[in-house]
Amino acid sequence: MKGKNSAGFIAFIIAIIVIPFIINNDYYIGVLVFTAFNCLACIGLCLLMGYAGQISIGHGAFVAIGAYTSAILTSKLAWSPWLAMLCGIVIVVVIAFCIGIPALRLKGHYLAMATLGFASIIHIVAVAAVDLTGGPSGIVSIPRLGLFGHVLSSDTQYFYFSWGVVAFGIYIAFNLINSRVGRGLQAIHGSEDAASSLGINITSYKVKVFILSAVYASVSGSLYAYYVNYIDPGPFDVMLSILLVTMVAVGGLHHIWGAVIGAIVLSLLPEFLSFISGYLQVIGIKYQPDYDTLVYGGILLIIMLFLPEGIFKGIDGAIGNVKSFFLKVAGRPSRRV
Amino acid sequence: MNFTDGSIADVLQFLFMGIQRGCIYAMVAMGFNMIYNSTGIINFAQGEFVVLGGLMMVTLTMALNLSIVFAFILSMFFVIIAGILMERLTINPVKQPTVLRLIIITIAVSIIIKGAAMCFWGKGSHYMHHFSGTEPLEFFGATILPQTIWIIAILLLLVAAYVYFFNYTMTGKCMRACSINRDAARLAGINDRKMVMLSFALSAGIGAIAGIIITPIIQMDYARGAMLGLKGFGAAVLGGLGNSMGAVVAGVLLGILEALGAGYISSHYMDAIALVILLLVLFIRPSGIFGSSEAMRLKEF
Amino acid sequence: MSDSILELENLRKNFGGVVAVSDLSLKIRRGTVSSLIGPNGAGKTTIFNLVTGFLSPSSGQIYFAGRRLNKIKPHMTASVGIGRTFQNVQIFSNMSVLENIMVGRHLRSRAGIFYSSFFPPFLRKEENTIREDAEKQLTFLGLDQYADVPAGSLPLGNQRMLEIARALALEPKLLLLDEPASGLNARETIAMGGLIEKIKNMNITVLLVEHDMELVMDISDHVAVVNFGRLIAEGTPIEVQENPDVITAYLGE
Repeated sequence: MKGKNSAGFIAFIIAIIVIPFIINNDYYIGVLVFTAFNCLACIGLCLLMGYAGQISIGHGAFVAIGAYTSAILTSKLAWSPWLAMLCGIVIVVVIAFCIGIPALRLKGHYLAMATLGFASIIHIVAVAAVDLTGGPSGIVSIPRLGLFGHVLSSDTQYFYFSWGVVAFGIYIAFNLINSRVGRGLQAIHGSEDAASSLGINITSYKVKVFILSAVYASVSGSLYAYYVNYIDPGPFDVMLSILLVTMVAVGGLHHIWGAVIGAIVLSLLPEFLSFISGYLQVIGIKYQPDYDTLVYGGILLIIMLFLPEGIFKGIDGAIGNVKSFFLKVAGRPSRRV
Repeated sequence: MNFTDGSIADVLQFLFMGIQRGCIYAMVAMGFNMIYNSTGIINFAQGEFVVLGGLMMVTLTMALNLSIVFAFILSMFFVIIAGILMERLTINPVKQPTVLRLIIITIAVSIIIKGAAMCFWGKGSHYMHHFSGTEPLEFFGATILPQTIWIIAILLLLVAAYVYFFNYTMTGKCMRACSINRDAARLAGINDRKMVMLSFALSAGIGAIAGIIITPIIQMDYARGAMLGLKGFGAAVLGGLGNSMGAVVAGVLLGILEALGAGYISSHYMDAIALVILLLVLFIRPSGIFGSSEAMRLKEF
Repeated sequence: MSDSILELENLRKNFGGVVAVSDLSLKIRRGTVSSLIGPNGAGKTTIFNLVTGFLSPSSGQIYFAGRRLNKIKPHMTASVGIGRTFQNVQIFSNMSVLENIMVGRHLRSRAGIFYSSFFPPFLRKEENTIREDAEKQLTFLGLDQYADVPAGSLPLGNQRMLEIARALALEPKLLLLDEPASGLNARETIAMGGLIEKIKNMNITVLLVEHDMELVMDISDHVAVVNFGRLIAEGTPIEVQENPDVITAYLGE
C-alpha cells in the first residue's frame, strides 16, 4: 500500500508542476487555487473523521478563525503575514484544545451537533463583532504573502505555492498514518475498548488529532485571506463546514487521497455544472447556479447510499477488479482477499 | 435594544417573545425525540421539515388562496409525505448503518430539501397572514400577538395528542415498545420497520405544524432550517434526549432565556445565546435536566 | 505476599440495585494459570472489567504486584503490566493482522506526533523495530501467512489468536483471557490450550474466564468458582470438581 501512495504522490507533484502550462486561463488557475485551500482543510478533516473516527461539522469555524486572525493582524496591526498565520495557528490550537476536551467525550451525534453549534456561533460573531471583524463588510487591504523577499503576485505563483503547501500537508498526513500515532488512531476507530486496553489514552489522542485537523483548517483560511486580500463573513457560514464534510465523505473517508479527490471534484463541480448548462439547455433543462446546492446534496446522498466508502475506494476497487480480471484471463491466480 | 430600567412590562414582553419562540423549539425538539426514540439517530433534516411546512402554507394560502384550515392540513400532508419518502429512500435501505454514515445521509437530505426550497421559493422571505388578525393584545403593559396565543394553544394541543397517542392508543404503545427494546417488540409481532416510518411521518408532521404557525411572525425563508434545527436540538438535549415532555419544558425555557438574553445582553448575538446554552449542556450535563446519565449511556449513540 | 500478582480484597460492584460482584476476595499467584468459572451472569467479566479499569469498584481493593489499583483508567492498566482479551473479539478489523499486533507495541515505543509527521516511516528506526517485534509475535502464533490480510476477514479462531498475540506484544506480566475458547471447535480449543501453556512458560501469569470445562481442568493450576457475584469455591481443578457447592451451582438442587 505504501508503494502505491508514493507513486500517487509523485504523480500528484508532476501534475501540479505541469498544470499551469496546460491551463493558461487565469480564471481557471484561480479556481484551482481555491481548490487547494479546500484540499488542505479536507486533509485535516480526513485525519479526524476517517482515521480517528470523530465527526466534526464545524471545521469551517477553524478556517474562519485562521482567515480572520490573519486579516486582523496584518491589516490593522501591520504584522507580517507569516507571523499572523502562525498566530492563527496558535489561537486554533488553544481553542481546539478547550473545545476538544469536553466535546470529544461525547459520542457521534452529540459531537456532530456540538461542532455544528460552534461553527454557527463563530459565524454569528464574525457578523456581529463589528469592531473586531468588520461585521458584514469584513476586512479589506489584507497584504499578499511574500516568500524569500519575493511577493506572490500572480495567480500562477499562488497556484504553485498553495498546492505546494497541500503536498506538504499530504506528506505529513501519510507519515502520521504510517506511524505509531496513526495506528493508535485507527485502533481507536476500530475498537476504543481494545485500544485503551493496549495503553492508548483515547481522549488524549482524539484531542491531539482534533487540534491537528484544526491547524490544517486554520492555515487554509490564512492562505485564503492572503490570496483574495479581503474577507467577509459570507464564505464562512455553516455551509462551509457541511461542504468540507461532504468533500471528505464523497471522496473517501478512510484515505487521504479520498479527501484530496473529494475536495477537487466538489470544488470544480460548480464550474463543471455551468460548463454543461449549455448542453442541458438543449435537452430542456434550464440550469441556474442556484441549483448547485441541490446537486451537492444529491451527489452526497447517492454516494452515501451506494458507494459509502467514497469515490476513491470505488476507483480502487474497480482497478482491483480490472486487475484480477486480466490476471484470470492470463491464467495466473489473482491474490484477492 | 437594551432595557435597563427593569420594569415588569419589559420582563413580560421578553417572556412572551421567549414563549413564542420557545414553543417552536419545543415542537422541533419533539420531532427530534420521536425519531431518536425509534431509531437512535438524530435527524439533521428536522429543521427543513419546519421550513417546508411554512413555505408550503404560504403558497397554499397566499398564492392559491385556500382557506387556512384546508391549507394547514394539505401542508402537513405534503411534509409528512416528504418525511416518509426520506425514511423509505434514505434510511430504510441502508444495510450497514454506522453513525457517521447515517449522520451524513441526513445531512445530505437536509441539503437537498434546502436546495429544492431555494429553487421553488427563491431566496426571499415569505409572508403569510396571521390566523386571526395582527392587532396585539395588551397584558399588564406588555403586548402579545394573537398568533402567539395560537402557537401556545397548538403546542398544548400537540402535547395532549402526544400523551394520548403514546399512552392510550395501540399504535403509540407499539412505538414505545419499539423504542425501549426493538428485538422484543419484533418478537411480540410489532412491525418495527413500520414504526420507524411512522416516527418519521409524525416527526415531519410536527415540524410542519411548527413551520406553519411561526411563519406569519418570522416570515419563512429557505435557509432557516439549520438554525431552527440546532436550537430545537438544543432544547431536546436540555430536556433529556428522548424525553419529549422534558423537551417541551426545555424548549420554552430555551426560548425565554434567549429572549431575555437578547433584551438584556445584546440582540446581535441572540442566536448565539441558544447555541451557547446547547454547548454548555452538552459539555456539562449531556443527559439534560430531566434525563439520567445511566440511561444515556445505555443508548447506542 | 509477593507470591501473588493479583489480589482482590472484599471487592464489591453494584449497578443500581443489582449486586454484580459481592465481597469477593481472591489471590492469583505469579506464574500460574488460573481460571474463573461459573454459570452465565455470575459476574466473571465484571471482575475482569474491574481489574482492567473499565468499571470502578463500589467498594473493596484491588492490588496488582503490591500496588493498589482502584481508581485506575483503562489505558493505565496496560502500562502497569496487565493485558486482556475480550469476550466478543475486539480486534481492529479496519487494520491488517500485522498492524493489529504493531498496535500492541504501542507502550514499548515512543514516537510522538511531531517526530512521526515530519519523518517518513523508512527513516524512523523505531518504526522498523516495532514491525520486527510484531512479526516475531506473528511467527510465535503461527499466523505468518496472514500478515497483510485485513484482520476482519480472518476466521474466528484466528481472530482470537490474533487478539492474544496483540496482548502479548504488550509484554504483560498478567494476561486476562475472556472466554478464549468460545466459538472454537475441538481442534482449535486444544491448540488454544497449547498456546496458554506456552504463555505460562514465558513467565506470564494467566487468568482466564472460561466455560469449556475440559480446557479449564486441563491447563489450570488453580480454579475459582463464582456464582451470583460471590466466590463459592477455589482450589485445584480436582478439588473444585468434587466440591458439592460447585455441583449445585451448575446443576441446581
